[in-house]
Amino acid sequence: MNLKNVLAAGAMVTVAGAALPAFAGPTLDAIKDRGTLLCGVSTGLAGFSNPDSEGSWSGLDVDVCKAIAASVLGDADAIQFTPLTAQQRFTALQSGEVDILSRNTTWTLTRDTSLGLNFAGVTFYDGQGFMVPKALGVSSALELDGAAVCVQPGTTTELNLSDFFRANGMSFDPVVIESLDEVNAAYFAGRCDVYTTDASGLASIRASVAPNPDDHIILPEIISKEPLGPVVRHGDDEWLDVVKWTVYALIEGEEKGINSANVDEMLNSTDPTVQRLLGTTPGMGENLGLAEEWAYNAIKQVGNYGEIFDRNVGPSTSLKLERGVNDLWSRGGLMYAMPAR
Amino acid sequence: MAVETQDFDVTGRSSALNDPRVRAVLYQVAIVVAVVGLGWYLVNNTITNLQNQQIATGFGFLEREAGFEVSEGLIEYSAADTYGRALMVGFLNTIKVAVIGVILATILGTVVGVARLSSNWLVAKLASVYVEGLRNIPLLLQLFFWYAVITVSLPGPRQAMNPIEGVFLSNRGLMFPIPESHPVFPFAGIAVIVGVIAAVFLDRWAVKRQALTGEQFPVFSAAAGLIVGLPVLVWLFGGAPTALDMPALRGFNFRGGLTLSPEFAALLFGLTLYTASFIAEIVRGGILAVPHGQSEASEALGLKRSWTLRLVILPQALRIIIPPTTSQYLNLTKNSSLAIAIGYPDLVAVGNTTINQTGQAIEAISIFMAVYLILSLLISVFMNWYNKKIALVER
Repeated sequence: MNLKNVLAAGAMVTVAGAALPAFAGPTLDAIKDRGTLLCGVSTGLAGFSNPDSEGSWSGLDVDVCKAIAASVLGDADAIQFTPLTAQQRFTALQSGEVDILSRNTTWTLTRDTSLGLNFAGVTFYDGQGFMVPKALGVSSALELDGAAVCVQPGTTTELNLSDFFRANGMSFDPVVIESLDEVNAAYFAGRCDVYTTDASGLASIRASVAPNPDDHIILPEIISKEPLGPVVRHGDDEWLDVVKWTVYALIEGEEKGINSANVDEMLNSTDPTVQRLLGTTPGMGENLGLAEEWAYNAIKQVGNYGEIFDRNVGPSTSLKLERGVNDLWSRGGLMYAMPAR
Repeated sequence: MAVETQDFDVTGRSSALNDPRVRAVLYQVAIVVAVVGLGWYLVNNTITNLQNQQIATGFGFLEREAGFEVSEGLIEYSAADTYGRALMVGFLNTIKVAVIGVILATILGTVVGVARLSSNWLVAKLASVYVEGLRNIPLLLQLFFWYAVITVSLPGPRQAMNPIEGVFLSNRGLMFPIPESHPVFPFAGIAVIVGVIAAVFLDRWAVKRQALTGEQFPVFSAAAGLIVGLPVLVWLFGGAPTALDMPALRGFNFRGGLTLSPEFAALLFGLTLYTASFIAEIVRGGILAVPHGQSEASEALGLKRSWTLRLVILPQALRIIIPPTTSQYLNLTKNSSLAIAIGYPDLVAVGNTTINQTGQAIEAISIFMAVYLILSLLISVFMNWYNKKIALVER
């Protein structure tokens, strides 16, 4: 091969490589160009993000991603889901492999700062709990001194667990396994005495994975605050606003009584807040860089926050979780949408 | 009539590029500049991107509090210690499983390799089945299998098997009593090392003596006597302390004694059996490569089959066996990073947790790469030295 040609080719490759943007481009533009939202979810947690036997995903985190896809692209199914373990999730988001991480991730200071991430609101207020087999005869987390505890690595669960035991002068044997399936298998095989994760996760696992759900109890102590919500990268305020306000639109929709069944009639509502939210009065969509039907699409295709909650983790599902602190602020809970005006 | 000549113009008016030596230098300079430029571009790009997203950089995180527990380790560690110490615990765990795995895999691999060449049909066939079976199943699946077998088939701690007083086997691991700490034991440890050195010198002396007088000396028994006897003597002089730290079921689990965790056991089994199957084939190949005339001649001289193997065949086969076996040792060391799948806290497992809590993937992965590179280089250097030492000196 002629060396001159080789050198010329090499020069062109270098120039082409240098012309690729250093990764900080506007995520929203990239999603619109691509036509798909890249959503990072868990490897399978019933009620939050779980694939069924045909590979279609469902869950609360999945519905949040669907709502965002509906508001940005007009189609709630224009999503590509990437299952991520607790260890991979942040690197996948930081590197651009996913646009948004909707994976029951706790909002903490370290993650908000030194990991280069932004949390776009809270979709589920949770707390960490413990699950033990009833046969152990334990009724409180303070009786767990010396127990073997199954936990996944790289989570706030791991840190809270050791803080709790240190604070109460107890010790424990950690059994630290990365894959959720393997950690479930280890607990139900008896390798460890206690399983710890967010209380909603415990309910989900007990309902879906336990050979006999009634053999296990979730201890009453909630040892931490775990506000779960969608996560995006630092450096893209536009995209952060889109995600944040889509979540608020779902909550505001429930507050205003808009659900997926009556959203079409609500287009004719005379309430100015509803008119602004659904785009009858234009302006909100344009401010976000989206079509004016952004909130309408989200609520119509996925439902409001209450519908999403009831469908995935509510009392009629196998998780049987009450709204509790996840209810609207007007009903005593913590779900509070900022005003869309 | 002037004849045009195109070659070597002494007036120097021809372009310097026509000189092949100048061209060679120019190409080499250009390539070096291109590689350095690419490297600089990559590093610069990475740093710019990290800064744009305000992800922390630098190795300062090694001094921050870790906040997570590690299930087992050779040194004291608690959640209040630093990330640096946590990584050190992981590193020592990796070394522990790699060293023990290499030793066991070598022994097992040699035995199976020789067994496959046995004239006993059953032994040879069993060895073949073992090698072909375990070579062809991915290591990760084997690790999952061993871990599942151990956790599922063993009973819980409250129904632990108790074959001998003080030894308990349950799905929390194998617990056995160890002597309670006493000042005599470090001296006993030194006595073991002294015994090993003495055994080496004894062996050398015995070989010289056999070369001079033809008499054999029972080196093996004498060496065993030294290595076991010297520490026992020290122990006797120290007052023969017999207090044992016995494991006892307290609350949820056993406390006291020494624990062999299921994670470590599963990782060790999986790595040893897998790597031994490869080493068995290497040993078999090395032995087959020694010309058959060697074993025929040695048997004609009246040497027993086991002496033939030990004194004639293996020394020649070792020259062929050692380089591929070095690769297998390196593979075993690097494969130990699969520990994260079954919960053994090796360097990569602890490091991954660190990456996740601090977000500093690049620094942590560069630590992994440096550690594995140094370990691998150490193993290679040692094996290359050993290879040179036993190489045949051609005349």
